[in-house]
Amino acid sequence: MKALIALEDGTIFEGRSFTGSGEAVGEIVFNTSMSGYQEILTDPSYTGQIVTMTYPLIGNYGTNTADMESASIHPRAFLVKEYNQFPSNYRSEKPLAEFLKEYNVLGIEGFDTRALVRHIRTKGAMKGIVSTEDLDHESLVKRASEWTGLVGQDMVSRVTCNEPYGWADNSVVPGTDFSTSQPGLDNPLKIVAFDFGLKYNQCRILTEKGCQVQVVPASTDAETVLAMNPDGIFLSNGPGDPEGVPDVVNTIRALLGKKPMFGICLGHQLLGLAYGGSTFKLKFGHRGGNQPVKDLLTGKVEITSQNHGFCVDMDSLNPDEVELTHINLNDDSVEGMRHKKYPAFSVQYHPEHAPGPHDAMYLFDRFIDMIRK
Amino acid sequence: MPKRTDIKKILIIGSGPIIISQACEFDYSGAQAVKALKEEGYEVVLINSNPATIMTDPELADFTYIEPITPEMVIKVIAKERPDALLPTLGGQTALNTAIKVAEAGALKRYNVEMLAANIDVIKKAEGREEFKAAMEAIGLNVPKSYIVHTLEDAVKAGDDIGFPIIVRPSFTLGGTGGGVAYNRQELKELSSSGLDLSMTTEVMLERSLLGWKEYELELMRDSKDNVVVICSIENIDAMGVHTGDSITVAPAQTLTDREYQDMRDAAIAIIREIGVETGGSNVQFAVNPEDGELMVIEMNPRVSRSSALASKATGFPIAKIAAKLAVGFTLDEIKNDITRETYASFEPTIDYCVVKIPRWTFEKFPEAEDVLTTAMKSVGETMAMGRTFKEAFQKGMRSLETGRFGFGGDGKEELMHLDPEDLETGLRKPSSKRLCFIYEALKREMPIDELFELTQIDPWFLYNFKQIVEKENIIREQGFQGLTPKFLRSCKEYGFSDYQLAFLTGTSAKDVRDLRKKLNVVPVYKLVDTCAAEFESYTPYYYSSYEQENEASATGNKKIIILGGGPNRIGQGIEFDYCCVHASFALAEIGVESIMVNSNPETVSTDYDTSDKLYFEPLTLEDVLSIIDLEKPDGVIVQFGGQTPLNLAVALEEEGVTIVGTPPDSIDRAEDRKRFQQFLQKLGLRQPENDTVYTLEEALSVAKRIGYPVVVRPSYVLGGRDMRIVYNDAEIRDFMAIPGIAGADHPVLIDKFLKDAIEVDVDALCDGQNTIIGGIMQHIEEAGIHSGDSACVLPPHTLSPELIEEIKRASRAMAEELGVIGLMNVQYAVKDEDLYILEVNPRASRTVPFVSKATGVPLAKMATKIMMGKTLAELGVTKEVEINHWAVKEAVFPFDRFDNVDTLLGPEMKSTGEVMGIDDNLGLALAKGQLAAGSAIPKSGTVFISVRDSDKQAILGLAESLVEMDFDIIATRGTAKFLQSNDIPCKQVNKISQGRPHIMDKLQDNQVNWVVNTSMGRRATEDSYTIRRAALELHVPYTTTATGAIGVGMAMKAMREKEIGVQPVQYFTKNIQN
Repeated sequence: MKALIALEDGTIFEGRSFTGSGEAVGEIVFNTSMSGYQEILTDPSYTGQIVTMTYPLIGNYGTNTADMESASIHPRAFLVKEYNQFPSNYRSEKPLAEFLKEYNVLGIEGFDTRALVRHIRTKGAMKGIVSTEDLDHESLVKRASEWTGLVGQDMVSRVTCNEPYGWADNSVVPGTDFSTSQPGLDNPLKIVAFDFGLKYNQCRILTEKGCQVQVVPASTDAETVLAMNPDGIFLSNGPGDPEGVPDVVNTIRALLGKKPMFGICLGHQLLGLAYGGSTFKLKFGHRGGNQPVKDLLTGKVEITSQNHGFCVDMDSLNPDEVELTHINLNDDSVEGMRHKKYPAFSVQYHPEHAPGPHDAMYLFDRFIDMIRK
Repeated sequence: MPKRTDIKKILIIGSGPIIISQACEFDYSGAQAVKALKEEGYEVVLINSNPATIMTDPELADFTYIEPITPEMVIKVIAKERPDALLPTLGGQTALNTAIKVAEAGALKRYNVEMLAANIDVIKKAEGREEFKAAMEAIGLNVPKSYIVHTLEDAVKAGDDIGFPIIVRPSFTLGGTGGGVAYNRQELKELSSSGLDLSMTTEVMLERSLLGWKEYELELMRDSKDNVVVICSIENIDAMGVHTGDSITVAPAQTLTDREYQDMRDAAIAIIREIGVETGGSNVQFAVNPEDGELMVIEMNPRVSRSSALASKATGFPIAKIAAKLAVGFTLDEIKNDITRETYASFEPTIDYCVVKIPRWTFEKFPEAEDVLTTAMKSVGETMAMGRTFKEAFQKGMRSLETGRFGFGGDGKEELMHLDPEDLETGLRKPSSKRLCFIYEALKREMPIDELFELTQIDPWFLYNFKQIVEKENIIREQGFQGLTPKFLRSCKEYGFSDYQLAFLTGTSAKDVRDLRKKLNVVPVYKLVDTCAAEFESYTPYYYSSYEQENEASATGNKKIIILGGGPNRIGQGIEFDYCCVHASFALAEIGVESIMVNSNPETVSTDYDTSDKLYFEPLTLEDVLSIIDLEKPDGVIVQFGGQTPLNLAVALEEEGVTIVGTPPDSIDRAEDRKRFQQFLQKLGLRQPENDTVYTLEEALSVAKRIGYPVVVRPSYVLGGRDMRIVYNDAEIRDFMAIPGIAGADHPVLIDKFLKDAIEVDVDALCDGQNTIIGGIMQHIEEAGIHSGDSACVLPPHTLSPELIEEIKRASRAMAEELGVIGLMNVQYAVKDEDLYILEVNPRASRTVPFVSKATGVPLAKMATKIMMGKTLAELGVTKEVEINHWAVKEAVFPFDRFDNVDTLLGPEMKSTGEVMGIDDNLGLALAKGQLAAGSAIPKSGTVFISVRDSDKQAILGLAESLVEMDFDIIATRGTAKFLQSNDIPCKQVNKISQGRPHIMDKLQDNQVNWVVNTSMGRRATEDSYTIRRAALELHVPYTTTATGAIGVGMAMKAMREKEIGVQPVQYFTKNIQN
């Protein structure tokens, strides 16, 4: 089925839908990971976005239940060069097209994705629309540019959980106050994890490392959190503009210094705002599994999984209070920081990977060590 | 950490001659490394016996030793040069093994040389089976259940415990030589015994067979700060059981979820750390159970490998170059990525295309060997293709192979249409060089994918993609030419269909399809290989074609020339031609002309993005080349350097209005066309052996009768003497004409008088259309009748009279000028009874160009390029021929030990894969170096076995005398013994096998023979002498199969007794010439 992809600047690509008819509007971004499309699709940080994979052959190994990073698919549409409809992998449960259809997400193939990526790289991330229904160029471009976009928007409220839950036996168990967190752990640390669009692997890893995880909605206030008496607070990743959720920033500020805190991605940006800094939007962001980050504390380079369009402005922070700990070697952007007074640190990337390299797993240990100290 | 300043001079060991499993990829990596180290200000000493390499160009390293890569010679180089460090990880297994022996001999300690990148313990831990297994178990990784055995008895015992099938893998050999799969005790015994013999450490590993498991490779790099990055993942299409070098492989991995891929990545990183590779590249091979994902570690190479060359070309990340920089202390985050310029080497390349590598085999050269793929590598070359889909890349790869195919199928070249279903099943079950043809045929017959998977063990993902190609082919056929709408035509192209296939399927011509495509604007675009999937801007113009929307390549306004490369290596067309192409590029740069390289061989220096101004990694077919020409609009195309591949395109390109620079294609035709060539020689008053052309058996018999036996017969237009034979009687003519495709083909059969016992001479000359300079005259050691590529030769001629040499020069000049050669010309002469015969003239670069250039210090290919660009010899300052005061010997290297059941006799069909050079002030020592470099020991004492045909008996008399003088004992078979005794040469008679025991085989097996000299009549020898030669090969007893060759070895033996063999850098010889 013919499908058009229209960008706000008037650029049009023609492809085919491999999931039937539909339409979606969102910010068009690209991800350079060569594997892990299912984890990418189920990463809530892609809310409001249309994701293009730079690797051209997608669908090769199907989809399965174990690789879900949340309960559903978040990008509004998924763009690939060639959809491979006959998956081959012993874990595959259903082909990608079926999986997308189940969540009503458009899958488009058969166009020059590299040309689209080069366009975004040169011109910056862009609003776009994908449609099999409206094939009128002008109308599409107009509707793409009329979309509100992500800047200043609260996307977190769309993906955060409605009810708190504990993480046990590799799955979500509704409940509060660690009542449904993993039982049977030896002297566990209690971690409250704010769900701004949390990826399950964060819960999986914390639990594997002996923590009980209590996930709470983004709107949970500081008192409620402190009342649970956690050993540490974890700030998850999430979609959109950190400046779109000022209430959350206030909550974090209220918790600063009260409990050890570890932030990832949006969690990191929100910490930056809570420290009194500001954030800005990157030209086209970092999305992929090959981003080199240097840990300034050890001098070592780790290959990281990233997915972000916004970035903390280090210059907006007081150097006496906040220290830069990690930088991106590609563009020297901020990848990690730590508070000099409070037990709080954060990284812009995804140590929980999924998809991506496992190099940054040590950060979870660093968090646990910080708590135990 | 910045670079180390405590070391100044570094020794690099190359990989020596091209052999199966060690080809020009090590020239690519070595040349990169030498350049990288020079760039950092280090003095580089290099040892490599292969003159056809770019790395041995005298201007590259500071001291270049074209000497045998043996521990003794390396120690001599160390003693002379006193390097601070030795970098052993860039010259393949040869360099690694030699470095170990040098270290074990205590030489590194004695001369205070540090081993960089990987020390001896690391190498042993990675390569020693037991050590490796223990290391893997220590980090919790699985390896297949296995035993290391050192005796046959233990092998049998271990086999009973492991259970069949069992993989037999000898330690410390090249490319898994001697390995195999044993399905029962008998096979286990056979494989173990040959494996124990081949192993440097008399060690064989027996392990649980993972036949049918999926196979993967990861290429990774580590720096001194323990940063590790994975450069590329590779998935083998062929399941476990087929050597990686013989597998069709794909990058990146296709059928792993991220979870599985990352587990593999973690394992690989843990391995490189545990093994302790300090810096540089490594390669780890894994097997994955398709049923449950169980991961097994197969092996790791603590060095740059064939796969790392492939990974470099596949991703644009120059592994060897970076490895060299890491070895001297840099860290990954200190080295810039050449391609993006902005980012650093400390990242993992991500690609947005699919890469397919397909090996190229030459079973047709060894008809006695079974065409079956096992754990021992047999392919001699490979091609790589890139596309935006697997189907596109795969079909491009199929036509890049240059085996006459234009894609997966649908080109009218299918041969299995009428195959019996049972044979089809067997063909699918047993991996062979033809397995894709079987798969194609099965898909044509609509065999279900699960059945096909059951039979081939090839992952269904690939099979489905293959199926899609076949289904598309059916639609194309159904719809016909009229059905080629712009949209449909484009979709066919996205599936990689060539114009040739489309033409065949629609009953039109490739030109019709091309014209239609151009009319409909269905033309390829070119995409950049940029290491980063377009995330960053890139500056390195390294392109591949695809049928996509956006074109990223654009022609510059510069004066520019396209150089067509040689495609995949094969016997007869290898690194020598790539060397010439690379030199063409360098020469163009020197005169300010933009160079554009087109080639499909990932092993080569020509496909390094650094070599030319632009690189198109594309198949060398008319369609693919014309598309590039349409875009680039070059001022000309160079076809005379890449061997037969580009030459075959010359006429068609010219017909399309493309300017071929240098010698006009018509002159090439004049030299190749029999009739025209005859007239040409007559005009110049030159002589050729009596000859004629025939089409039928009757004609052949009558011509042979007229000319008189023996005669040389061969099909015209062939490369490397394919199917060329010397026949002695009518029966043999009948056999020859009965070979399918010989009689009645479009091309005639050529019959020449065979000049028995003639001396063959090769000449390479440079001509600017007016004047000619002789680059080198090489006298073959072996007599005429042995393919020139298989003959050893000496430069300058060692026994020709000055008058004859003058005559050769005169004839060469006359021919070059008459042909109007602009560039290079090669002539093969035969000298019989002081008469000069012209055997062949090739107005193009020959296989010997690099050898001559190294021997004389004259860069022939570069000069030829400049001449082709309009310069005259005088303008280049070449006014007189170089006279050298030293001797250079070229010796050929053969793959006989790779193929069971193959005779080692030399003949008119080329069989060698590579060459070495021996260079010395003393002829005998130069000959000795040639032998040593080719891997043949030179006996100093002991027993020589001589058994020669009657016609050789007189010739070896002198050799026998000198052997006696050198205190050797001679044993000989009856006829030879009688002859020697009657000439007063003491010798003992030994039984032939057929004459009862004890016979010669007993003596060979008991190590009582130190050299075998065995010549034989006819094409395939009598069983007896074949068995002797084969035994000598397998028992590593030096052997010689021609009298002339034996005399050469005799000279070498003598020289080695008289004088200590020394080492000299090639720069020393060049300097001598200049003075």
